Amino acid sequence: MSGDHIYDVLAQEHGGDGRWAFGTGFTDALAGVDTTLPEGVDGQDLALYCQMLGDDALVQAQRLIGWVTDAPELEEEVALANIALDLLGQARSLLARAGQADGSGRDEDAFAYRRGPAEFRNVHLAEAPRGDFARAVLTLLVLSSARLAVFTRLAHSRDPVLSAVAAKAVNELAYHREYAVAWTLRLGDGTPYSHERAAAAVADVWPLTGELFAACPVEERLAAQGVGVDPAAARQEVHEVLTQVLTAATLDAPGPFPDPVVAGREGRHTAELAPLLEEMQSVARAHPEATW
Amino acid sequence: MVTATAARERAWDAAAAVTDPELPMLTLADLGILRRVEIEDDGTAAVWITPTYSGCPALAEMRADVDRAVRAAGFDRVRVRTELSPPWTTDWITPRGRRKLAEHGVSPPGPAPRREPGPVPLTLLPTRTVPRCPRCGAQDTEELSRFGATSCKSLHRCRSCLEPFEHVKEI
Repeated sequence: MSGDHIYDVLAQEHGGDGRWAFGTGFTDALAGVDTTLPEGVDGQDLALYCQMLGDDALVQAQRLIGWVTDAPELEEEVALANIALDLLGQARSLLARAGQADGSGRDEDAFAYRRGPAEFRNVHLAEAPRGDFARAVLTLLVLSSARLAVFTRLAHSRDPVLSAVAAKAVNELAYHREYAVAWTLRLGDGTPYSHERAAAAVADVWPLTGELFAACPVEERLAAQGVGVDPAAARQEVHEVLTQVLTAATLDAPGPFPDPVVAGREGRHTAELAPLLEEMQSVARAHPEATW
Repeated sequence: MVTATAARERAWDAAAAVTDPELPMLTLADLGILRRVEIEDDGTAAVWITPTYSGCPALAEMRADVDRAVRAAGFDRVRVRTELSPPWTTDWITPRGRRKLAEHGVSPPGPAPRREPGPVPLTLLPTRTVPRCPRCGAQDTEELSRFGATSCKSLHRCRSCLEPFEHVKEI
Protein backbone atom coordinates (compact mmCIF):
# COMPACT_ATOMS: atom_id res chain seq x y z
CA MET A 1 0.00 0.00 0.00
CA SER A 2 2.81 2.41 0.70
CA GLY A 3 5.98 3.06 -1.24
CA ASP A 4 7.85 0.36 0.63
CA HIS A 5 6.20 -2.39 -1.40
CA ILE A 6 8.53 -3.23 -4.24
CA TYR A 7 5.70 -3.88 -6.70
CA ASP A 8 4.11 -0.52 -5.94
CA VAL A 9 7.36 1.20 -6.76
CA LEU A 10 7.71 -0.80 -9.96
CA ALA A 11 4.10 -0.16 -10.92
CA GLN A 12 4.50 3.56 -10.36
CA GLU A 13 7.70 3.66 -12.37
CA HIS A 14 6.02 1.83 -15.20
CA GLY A 15 3.04 4.13 -15.21
CA GLY A 16 -0.47 2.96 -14.47
CA ASP A 17 -0.27 -0.25 -16.46
CA GLY A 18 2.72 -1.66 -14.61
CA ARG A 19 0.33 -3.30 -12.18
CA TRP A 20 -0.67 -5.81 -14.83
CA ALA A 21 2.85 -7.17 -14.77
CA PHE A 22 3.75 -6.61 -11.13
CA GLY A 23 0.47 -6.97 -9.24
CA THR A 24 -1.33 -4.30 -7.31
CA GLY A 25 0.31 -4.89 -3.93
CA PHE A 26 -3.16 -5.19 -2.41
CA THR A 27 -3.55 -8.75 -1.28
CA ASP A 28 -5.13 -8.64 2.18
CA ALA A 29 -8.86 -9.30 1.92
CA LEU A 30 -9.41 -7.61 5.29
CA ALA A 31 -7.04 -4.62 4.94
CA GLY A 32 -8.13 -1.84 7.24
CA VAL A 33 -11.03 -3.77 8.78
CA ASP A 34 -11.27 -3.53 12.58
CA THR A 35 -10.02 -6.92 13.69
CA THR A 36 -10.30 -6.76 17.49
CA LEU A 37 -11.53 -10.02 19.02
CA PRO A 38 -14.88 -9.88 20.79
CA GLU A 39 -14.78 -9.95 24.60
CA GLY A 40 -14.23 -13.38 26.15
CA VAL A 41 -13.68 -15.26 22.90
CA ASP A 42 -10.80 -17.72 22.58
CA GLY A 43 -8.69 -16.75 19.57
CA GLN A 44 -7.75 -20.36 18.80
CA ASP A 45 -11.41 -21.41 18.75
CA LEU A 46 -12.34 -18.51 16.50
CA ALA A 47 -9.46 -19.29 14.14
CA LEU A 48 -10.50 -22.94 13.83
CA TYR A 49 -14.12 -21.92 13.23
CA CYS A 50 -13.09 -19.48 10.48
CA GLN A 51 -11.09 -22.30 8.89
CA MET A 52 -14.13 -24.60 8.96
CA LEU A 53 -16.34 -22.10 7.15
CA GLY A 54 -13.50 -20.90 4.93
CA ASP A 55 -12.38 -24.41 3.95
CA ASP A 56 -15.94 -25.44 3.02
CA ALA A 57 -15.95 -22.54 0.55
CA LEU A 58 -12.38 -22.97 -0.69
CA VAL A 59 -12.65 -26.71 -1.35
CA GLN A 60 -16.10 -26.38 -2.94
CA ALA A 61 -14.75 -23.58 -5.17
CA GLN A 62 -11.86 -25.79 -6.27
CA ARG A 63 -14.30 -28.59 -7.18
CA LEU A 64 -16.51 -26.18 -9.14
CA ILE A 65 -13.56 -24.77 -11.06
CA GLY A 66 -13.10 -28.29 -12.47
CA TRP A 67 -16.13 -27.55 -14.68
CA VAL A 68 -14.39 -24.72 -16.51
CA THR A 69 -13.90 -25.83 -20.14
CA ASP A 70 -15.93 -28.95 -19.33
CA ALA A 71 -19.55 -27.89 -18.63
CA PRO A 72 -22.48 -28.89 -20.89
CA GLU A 73 -23.01 -25.29 -22.08
CA LEU A 74 -20.90 -22.15 -21.99
CA GLU A 75 -23.55 -20.43 -19.84
CA GLU A 76 -23.32 -23.14 -17.17
CA GLU A 77 -19.55 -22.96 -17.21
CA VAL A 78 -19.72 -19.21 -16.61
CA ALA A 79 -22.32 -19.69 -13.89
CA LEU A 80 -20.30 -22.34 -12.02
CA ALA A 81 -17.12 -20.26 -12.33
CA ASN A 82 -18.96 -17.21 -10.95
CA ILE A 83 -20.30 -19.23 -8.03
CA ALA A 84 -16.79 -20.53 -7.36
CA LEU A 85 -15.48 -16.96 -7.42
CA ASP A 86 -18.01 -15.84 -4.80
CA LEU A 87 -17.06 -18.78 -2.59
CA LEU A 88 -13.36 -18.03 -3.07
CA GLY A 89 -14.02 -14.46 -1.94
CA GLN A 90 -15.79 -15.71 1.18
CA ALA A 91 -12.91 -18.11 1.87
CA ARG A 92 -10.30 -15.34 1.54
CA SER A 93 -11.94 -13.16 4.18
CA LEU A 94 -12.53 -16.08 6.54
CA LEU A 95 -8.98 -17.45 6.25
CA ALA A 96 -7.50 -13.97 6.70
CA ARG A 97 -9.63 -13.68 9.85
CA ALA A 98 -8.30 -17.05 11.05
CA GLY A 99 -4.72 -15.78 10.80
CA GLN A 100 -5.56 -12.72 12.89
CA ALA A 101 -7.58 -14.60 15.48
CA ASP A 102 -4.93 -17.20 16.32
CA GLY A 103 -2.25 -14.55 16.62
CA SER A 104 -0.05 -16.23 13.99
CA GLY A 105 -0.52 -13.43 11.47
CA ARG A 106 -0.66 -16.04 8.67
CA ASP A 107 -2.25 -14.70 5.50
CA GLU A 108 -4.86 -16.40 3.33
CA ASP A 109 -2.17 -17.96 1.12
CA ALA A 110 -0.54 -19.64 4.11
CA PHE A 111 -3.85 -21.35 4.89
CA ALA A 112 -4.72 -22.22 1.29
CA TYR A 113 -1.32 -23.39 0.10
CA ARG A 114 0.65 -24.48 3.12
CA ARG A 115 -1.61 -26.89 4.95
CA GLY A 116 -1.98 -30.62 4.42
CA PRO A 117 -5.26 -32.56 4.25
CA ALA A 118 -5.40 -33.27 8.01
CA GLU A 119 -5.35 -29.52 8.70
CA PHE A 120 -8.32 -28.81 6.45
CA ARG A 121 -11.67 -28.50 8.26
CA ASN A 122 -14.20 -28.74 5.44
CA VAL A 123 -17.12 -31.19 5.37
CA HIS A 124 -16.85 -34.27 3.16
CA LEU A 125 -19.55 -33.15 0.74
CA ALA A 126 -17.33 -30.22 -0.35
CA GLU A 127 -14.48 -32.56 -1.34
CA ALA A 128 -16.66 -35.37 -2.81
CA PRO A 129 -15.86 -36.37 -6.42
CA ARG A 130 -17.17 -34.03 -9.08
CA GLY A 131 -19.35 -36.62 -10.83
CA ASP A 132 -21.73 -35.61 -13.63
CA PHE A 133 -23.58 -32.31 -14.04
CA ALA A 134 -26.60 -33.61 -12.11
CA ARG A 135 -24.37 -34.40 -9.18
CA ALA A 136 -22.78 -30.94 -9.36
CA VAL A 137 -26.27 -29.41 -9.26
CA LEU A 138 -27.48 -31.54 -6.34
CA THR A 139 -24.26 -30.94 -4.40
CA LEU A 140 -24.65 -27.20 -4.95
CA LEU A 141 -28.30 -27.37 -3.90
CA VAL A 142 -27.45 -29.04 -0.60
CA LEU A 143 -24.33 -27.00 0.20
CA SER A 144 -25.84 -23.63 -0.71
CA SER A 145 -29.04 -24.36 1.25
CA ALA A 146 -27.09 -25.39 4.35
CA ARG A 147 -24.60 -22.52 4.09
CA LEU A 148 -27.38 -20.00 3.53
CA ALA A 149 -29.22 -21.20 6.65
CA VAL A 150 -26.06 -21.06 8.78
CA PHE A 151 -24.86 -17.70 7.41
CA THR A 152 -28.29 -16.08 7.86
CA ARG A 153 -27.82 -16.80 11.57
CA LEU A 154 -24.11 -15.92 11.52
CA ALA A 155 -24.96 -12.41 10.30
CA HIS A 156 -25.91 -11.74 13.95
CA SER A 157 -22.55 -12.96 15.31
CA ARG A 158 -20.86 -10.96 18.05
CA ASP A 159 -17.69 -11.10 15.97
CA PRO A 160 -17.84 -8.05 13.69
CA VAL A 161 -15.83 -9.68 10.91
CA LEU A 162 -17.86 -12.92 10.87
CA SER A 163 -21.13 -10.99 10.92
CA ALA A 164 -20.02 -8.71 8.05
CA VAL A 165 -18.70 -11.59 5.93
CA ALA A 166 -21.90 -13.57 6.54
CA ALA A 167 -24.26 -10.66 5.79
CA LYS A 168 -22.52 -10.15 2.47
CA ALA A 169 -22.37 -13.86 1.64
CA VAL A 170 -26.09 -14.39 2.26
CA ASN A 171 -27.00 -12.40 -0.88
CA GLU A 172 -24.57 -14.45 -2.96
CA LEU A 173 -25.67 -17.80 -1.52
CA ALA A 174 -29.30 -17.03 -2.30
CA TYR A 175 -28.27 -16.63 -5.96
CA HIS A 176 -26.35 -19.91 -5.86
CA ARG A 177 -29.33 -21.73 -4.44
CA GLU A 178 -31.66 -20.22 -7.04
CA TYR A 179 -29.39 -21.51 -9.77
CA ALA A 180 -29.29 -25.00 -8.23
CA VAL A 181 -33.08 -25.03 -7.72
CA ALA A 182 -33.73 -24.12 -11.36
CA TRP A 183 -31.50 -26.94 -12.61
CA THR A 184 -32.86 -29.48 -10.10
CA LEU A 185 -36.36 -28.77 -11.45
CA ARG A 186 -35.22 -29.03 -15.08
CA LEU A 187 -33.32 -32.28 -14.59
CA GLY A 188 -35.73 -33.96 -12.20
CA ASP A 189 -38.88 -33.03 -14.08
CA GLY A 190 -37.26 -33.16 -17.55
CA THR A 191 -36.83 -36.30 -19.64
CA PRO A 192 -36.86 -39.85 -18.20
CA TYR A 193 -33.09 -39.91 -18.74
CA SER A 194 -32.40 -36.60 -16.96
CA HIS A 195 -34.71 -37.76 -14.14
CA GLU A 196 -32.73 -40.98 -13.78
CA ARG A 197 -29.41 -39.11 -13.60
CA ALA A 198 -30.81 -36.58 -11.11
CA ALA A 199 -32.23 -39.39 -8.92
CA ALA A 200 -28.82 -41.09 -8.95
CA ALA A 201 -27.23 -37.80 -7.89
CA VAL A 202 -29.65 -37.49 -4.94
CA ALA A 203 -28.74 -41.04 -3.90
CA ASP A 204 -25.01 -40.18 -4.08
CA VAL A 205 -25.24 -36.90 -2.23
CA TRP A 206 -27.72 -37.74 0.52
CA PRO A 207 -25.45 -40.02 2.62
CA LEU A 208 -23.05 -37.04 2.99
CA THR A 209 -25.67 -34.61 4.35
CA GLY A 210 -25.64 -35.74 8.00
CA GLU A 211 -22.23 -34.21 8.66
CA LEU A 212 -23.47 -30.74 7.66
CA PHE A 213 -25.51 -30.57 10.86
CA ALA A 214 -23.01 -32.13 13.26
CA ALA A 215 -21.55 -29.61 15.70
CA CYS A 216 -17.96 -30.17 16.84
CA PRO A 217 -16.92 -28.85 20.29
CA VAL A 218 -15.48 -25.61 18.81
CA GLU A 219 -18.79 -24.84 17.09
CA GLU A 220 -20.72 -25.63 20.27
CA ARG A 221 -18.53 -23.35 22.40
CA LEU A 222 -18.69 -20.44 19.95
CA ALA A 223 -22.43 -20.87 19.44
CA ALA A 224 -22.93 -20.66 23.22
CA GLN A 225 -20.97 -17.39 23.19
CA GLY A 226 -23.05 -15.85 20.41
CA VAL A 227 -20.11 -15.89 17.99
CA GLY A 228 -20.71 -19.06 15.98
CA VAL A 229 -23.76 -21.00 14.83
CA ASP A 230 -24.67 -24.52 15.92
CA PRO A 231 -25.40 -26.15 12.54
CA ALA A 232 -27.94 -28.45 14.22
CA ALA A 233 -30.15 -25.36 14.60
CA ALA A 234 -30.42 -25.15 10.80
CA ARG A 235 -31.14 -28.85 10.28
CA GLN A 236 -34.92 -28.76 10.16
CA GLU A 237 -35.09 -25.61 8.03
CA VAL A 238 -32.70 -27.08 5.45
CA HIS A 239 -34.57 -30.38 5.40
CA GLU A 240 -37.82 -28.56 4.64
CA VAL A 241 -36.17 -26.58 1.82
CA LEU A 242 -34.65 -29.69 0.22
CA THR A 243 -37.85 -31.74 0.56
CA GLN A 244 -39.84 -28.94 -1.05
CA VAL A 245 -37.42 -28.61 -3.99
CA LEU A 246 -36.97 -32.37 -4.58
CA THR A 247 -40.72 -33.00 -4.44
CA ALA A 248 -41.38 -30.23 -6.95
CA ALA A 249 -38.70 -31.78 -9.18
CA THR A 250 -40.58 -35.16 -8.98
CA LEU A 251 -37.57 -36.65 -7.19
CA ASP A 252 -38.21 -38.76 -4.11
CA ALA A 253 -36.98 -36.97 -1.03
CA PRO A 254 -34.99 -39.66 0.78
CA GLY A 255 -36.44 -39.12 4.27
CA PRO A 256 -34.52 -37.73 7.23
CA PHE A 257 -30.86 -36.70 7.05
CA PRO A 258 -28.41 -39.42 8.16
CA ASP A 259 -27.13 -39.18 11.74
CA PRO A 260 -24.80 -36.22 12.32
CA VAL A 261 -21.20 -37.41 12.65
CA VAL A 262 -18.26 -35.01 12.99
CA ALA A 263 -15.40 -35.88 10.59
CA GLY A 264 -13.99 -33.16 8.32
CA ARG A 265 -14.38 -30.50 11.03
CA GLU A 266 -11.74 -32.42 13.01
CA GLY A 267 -9.43 -33.04 10.06
CA ARG A 268 -10.61 -36.56 9.15
CA HIS A 269 -11.14 -36.68 5.40
CA THR A 270 -11.86 -39.02 2.52
CA ALA A 271 -9.15 -40.02 0.07
CA GLU A 272 -10.56 -37.41 -2.34
CA LEU A 273 -9.11 -34.39 -0.54
CA ALA A 274 -5.37 -35.04 -0.97
CA PRO A 275 -5.40 -35.07 -4.82
CA LEU A 276 -7.67 -31.99 -4.84
CA LEU A 277 -5.17 -30.10 -2.66
CA GLU A 278 -2.24 -31.40 -4.65
CA GLU A 279 -3.66 -29.76 -7.75
CA MET A 280 -4.71 -26.57 -5.96
CA GLN A 281 -1.32 -26.20 -4.27
CA SER A 282 0.90 -27.39 -7.13
CA VAL A 283 2.21 -23.97 -8.19
CA ALA A 284 2.79 -22.85 -4.61
CA ARG A 285 4.63 -26.12 -3.87
CA ALA A 286 6.81 -25.87 -6.99
CA HIS A 287 7.63 -22.19 -6.41
CA PRO A 288 7.44 -21.62 -2.65
CA GLU A 289 9.04 -18.16 -2.91
CA ALA A 290 6.71 -16.88 -5.62
CA THR A 291 4.38 -13.96 -4.95
CA TRP A 292 1.38 -12.85 -6.95
CA MET B 1 -10.37 23.59 10.10
CA VAL B 2 -11.20 25.19 6.78
CA THR B 3 -7.99 23.76 5.38
CA ALA B 4 -8.75 20.30 6.79
CA THR B 5 -12.20 20.34 5.21
CA ALA B 6 -10.78 21.51 1.91
CA ALA B 7 -8.17 18.75 2.02
CA ARG B 8 -10.82 16.17 2.77
CA GLU B 9 -12.88 17.37 -0.18
CA ARG B 10 -9.87 17.29 -2.46
CA ALA B 11 -9.10 13.68 -1.45
CA TRP B 12 -12.79 12.74 -1.78
CA ASP B 13 -13.05 14.24 -5.26
CA ALA B 14 -9.93 12.40 -6.40
CA ALA B 15 -11.16 9.05 -5.05
CA ALA B 16 -14.71 9.60 -6.28
CA ALA B 17 -13.54 10.14 -9.87
CA VAL B 18 -11.77 6.73 -10.09
CA THR B 19 -13.60 4.43 -12.49
CA ASP B 20 -14.53 0.77 -12.13
CA PRO B 21 -12.17 -1.33 -14.29
CA GLU B 22 -15.05 -3.60 -15.39
CA LEU B 23 -17.74 -0.91 -15.79
CA PRO B 24 -15.54 2.00 -16.94
CA MET B 25 -18.51 4.31 -17.50
CA LEU B 26 -19.07 4.36 -13.72
CA THR B 27 -17.03 6.10 -11.05
CA LEU B 28 -16.67 4.72 -7.55
CA ALA B 29 -19.06 7.45 -6.40
CA ASP B 30 -21.64 6.39 -9.02
CA LEU B 31 -21.35 2.79 -7.80
CA GLY B 32 -21.77 3.78 -4.18
CA ILE B 33 -18.69 1.89 -3.04
CA LEU B 34 -16.79 4.94 -1.77
CA ARG B 35 -17.82 5.05 1.89
CA ARG B 36 -15.89 7.89 3.48
CA VAL B 37 -12.66 9.88 3.42
CA GLU B 38 -10.85 11.30 6.43
CA ILE B 39 -7.63 13.24 6.85
CA GLU B 40 -5.72 11.90 9.84
CA ASP B 41 -3.60 14.02 12.20
CA ASP B 42 -0.38 13.21 10.36
CA GLY B 43 -1.90 14.26 7.03
CA THR B 44 -2.64 10.71 5.81
CA ALA B 45 -5.65 10.54 3.53
CA ALA B 46 -7.69 7.53 4.68
CA VAL B 47 -10.22 6.25 2.15
CA TRP B 48 -12.80 3.54 2.92
CA ILE B 49 -14.25 1.51 0.08
CA THR B 50 -16.50 -1.54 0.13
CA PRO B 51 -16.42 -4.65 -2.07
CA THR B 52 -19.41 -5.35 -4.31
CA TYR B 53 -19.17 -9.17 -4.35
CA SER B 54 -16.97 -11.14 -1.91
CA GLY B 55 -14.82 -12.43 -4.74
CA CYS B 56 -14.83 -9.30 -6.91
CA PRO B 57 -11.39 -9.36 -8.54
CA ALA B 58 -11.70 -5.67 -9.42
CA LEU B 59 -11.39 -4.60 -5.78
CA ALA B 60 -7.58 -4.79 -5.72
CA GLU B 61 -7.48 -2.78 -8.95
CA MET B 62 -9.78 -0.14 -7.51
CA ARG B 63 -7.72 0.15 -4.36
CA ALA B 64 -4.56 0.62 -6.40
CA ASP B 65 -6.30 3.22 -8.58
CA VAL B 66 -7.64 5.12 -5.55
CA ASP B 67 -4.17 5.10 -4.02
CA ARG B 68 -2.68 6.55 -7.19
CA ALA B 69 -5.44 9.15 -7.75
CA VAL B 70 -5.29 10.49 -4.19
CA ARG B 71 -1.50 10.68 -4.32
CA ALA B 72 -1.78 12.60 -7.56
CA ALA B 73 -4.10 15.04 -5.77
CA GLY B 74 -1.19 15.98 -3.51
CA PHE B 75 -1.28 13.50 -0.62
CA ASP B 76 2.00 11.81 0.22
CA ARG B 77 0.41 9.32 2.56
CA VAL B 78 -2.68 7.41 1.51
CA ARG B 79 -4.35 4.48 3.20
CA VAL B 80 -7.11 2.62 1.36
CA ARG B 81 -9.24 0.57 3.73
CA THR B 82 -11.94 -2.01 3.25
CA GLU B 83 -15.28 -1.62 4.98
CA LEU B 84 -17.41 -4.77 4.99
CA SER B 85 -20.46 -3.70 6.95
CA PRO B 86 -23.19 -2.98 6.04
CA PRO B 87 -22.83 -5.02 2.82
CA TRP B 88 -22.98 -3.18 -0.50
CA THR B 89 -26.25 -3.33 -2.36
CA THR B 90 -27.11 -2.23 -5.88
CA ASP B 91 -29.57 0.20 -4.26
CA TRP B 92 -26.50 2.37 -3.60
CA ILE B 93 -25.85 2.95 -7.32
CA THR B 94 -26.73 6.61 -7.80
CA PRO B 95 -29.34 7.91 -10.29
CA ARG B 96 -26.46 9.32 -12.34
CA GLY B 97 -24.79 5.88 -12.33
CA ARG B 98 -28.02 4.21 -13.46
CA ARG B 99 -28.42 6.72 -16.27
CA LYS B 100 -24.85 6.14 -17.43
CA LEU B 101 -25.30 2.34 -17.39
CA ALA B 102 -28.41 2.63 -19.59
CA GLU B 103 -26.64 5.04 -21.94
CA HIS B 104 -23.93 2.43 -22.42
CA GLY B 105 -26.38 -0.35 -23.19
CA VAL B 106 -26.27 -1.99 -19.75
CA SER B 107 -29.64 -2.35 -18.03
CA PRO B 108 -29.49 -0.82 -14.52
CA PRO B 109 -30.65 -2.90 -11.52
CA GLY B 110 -34.16 -2.72 -10.10
CA PRO B 111 -34.75 -2.56 -6.33
CA ALA B 112 -32.67 -5.11 -4.39
CA PRO B 113 -34.67 -8.13 -3.17
CA ARG B 114 -35.56 -8.28 0.51
CA ARG B 115 -34.80 -11.72 1.83
CA GLU B 116 -37.48 -13.21 4.00
CA PRO B 117 -37.31 -16.73 5.39
CA GLY B 118 -39.91 -19.02 3.85
CA PRO B 119 -40.51 -21.22 0.84
CA VAL B 120 -37.96 -21.35 -1.96
CA PRO B 121 -39.13 -19.81 -5.25
CA LEU B 122 -39.71 -22.87 -7.45
CA THR B 123 -39.88 -21.41 -10.88
CA LEU B 124 -37.68 -21.78 -13.92
CA LEU B 125 -38.60 -18.29 -15.00
CA PRO B 126 -36.64 -15.33 -13.69
CA THR B 127 -37.71 -14.72 -10.11
CA ARG B 128 -36.58 -11.11 -10.17
CA THR B 129 -37.60 -7.97 -11.99
CA VAL B 130 -37.72 -8.40 -15.78
CA PRO B 131 -35.38 -5.70 -17.08
CA ARG B 132 -36.35 -3.32 -19.86
CA CYS B 133 -34.23 -3.35 -23.04
CA PRO B 134 -31.66 -0.54 -22.65
CA ARG B 135 -31.55 -0.05 -26.45
CA CYS B 136 -35.17 0.13 -27.58
CA GLY B 137 -36.94 0.36 -24.23
CA ALA B 138 -39.15 -2.69 -24.82
CA GLN B 139 -40.36 -4.60 -21.78
CA ASP B 140 -40.50 -7.92 -23.65
CA THR B 141 -37.10 -9.38 -22.75
CA GLU B 142 -35.84 -12.83 -21.74
CA GLU B 143 -33.08 -14.00 -19.45
CA LEU B 144 -30.37 -15.96 -21.26
CA SER B 145 -28.14 -16.61 -18.29
CA ARG B 146 -28.24 -15.45 -14.70
CA PHE B 147 -24.46 -15.33 -14.64
CA GLY B 148 -22.63 -13.11 -17.10
CA ALA B 149 -19.13 -11.96 -17.92
CA THR B 150 -18.65 -10.50 -14.43
CA SER B 151 -20.14 -11.40 -11.04
CA CYS B 152 -22.40 -8.37 -11.06
CA LYS B 153 -24.13 -8.90 -14.42
CA SER B 154 -26.61 -11.31 -16.03
CA LEU B 155 -27.24 -11.83 -19.74
CA HIS B 156 -30.56 -11.04 -21.49
CA ARG B 157 -32.10 -10.64 -24.92
CA CYS B 158 -34.75 -8.23 -26.16
CA ARG B 159 -37.57 -10.02 -27.98
CA SER B 160 -38.50 -6.78 -29.72
CA CYS B 161 -35.22 -5.52 -31.21
CA LEU B 162 -33.55 -8.97 -30.77
CA GLU B 163 -30.37 -7.42 -29.34
CA PRO B 164 -28.64 -9.15 -26.43
CA PHE B 165 -27.80 -6.96 -23.45
CA GLU B 166 -26.31 -7.13 -19.97
CA HIS B 167 -28.16 -6.32 -16.78
CA VAL B 168 -26.66 -5.38 -13.42
CA LYS B 169 -28.12 -7.95 -11.03
CA GLU B 170 -30.07 -6.77 -8.02
CA ILE B 171 -28.23 -7.73 -4.86
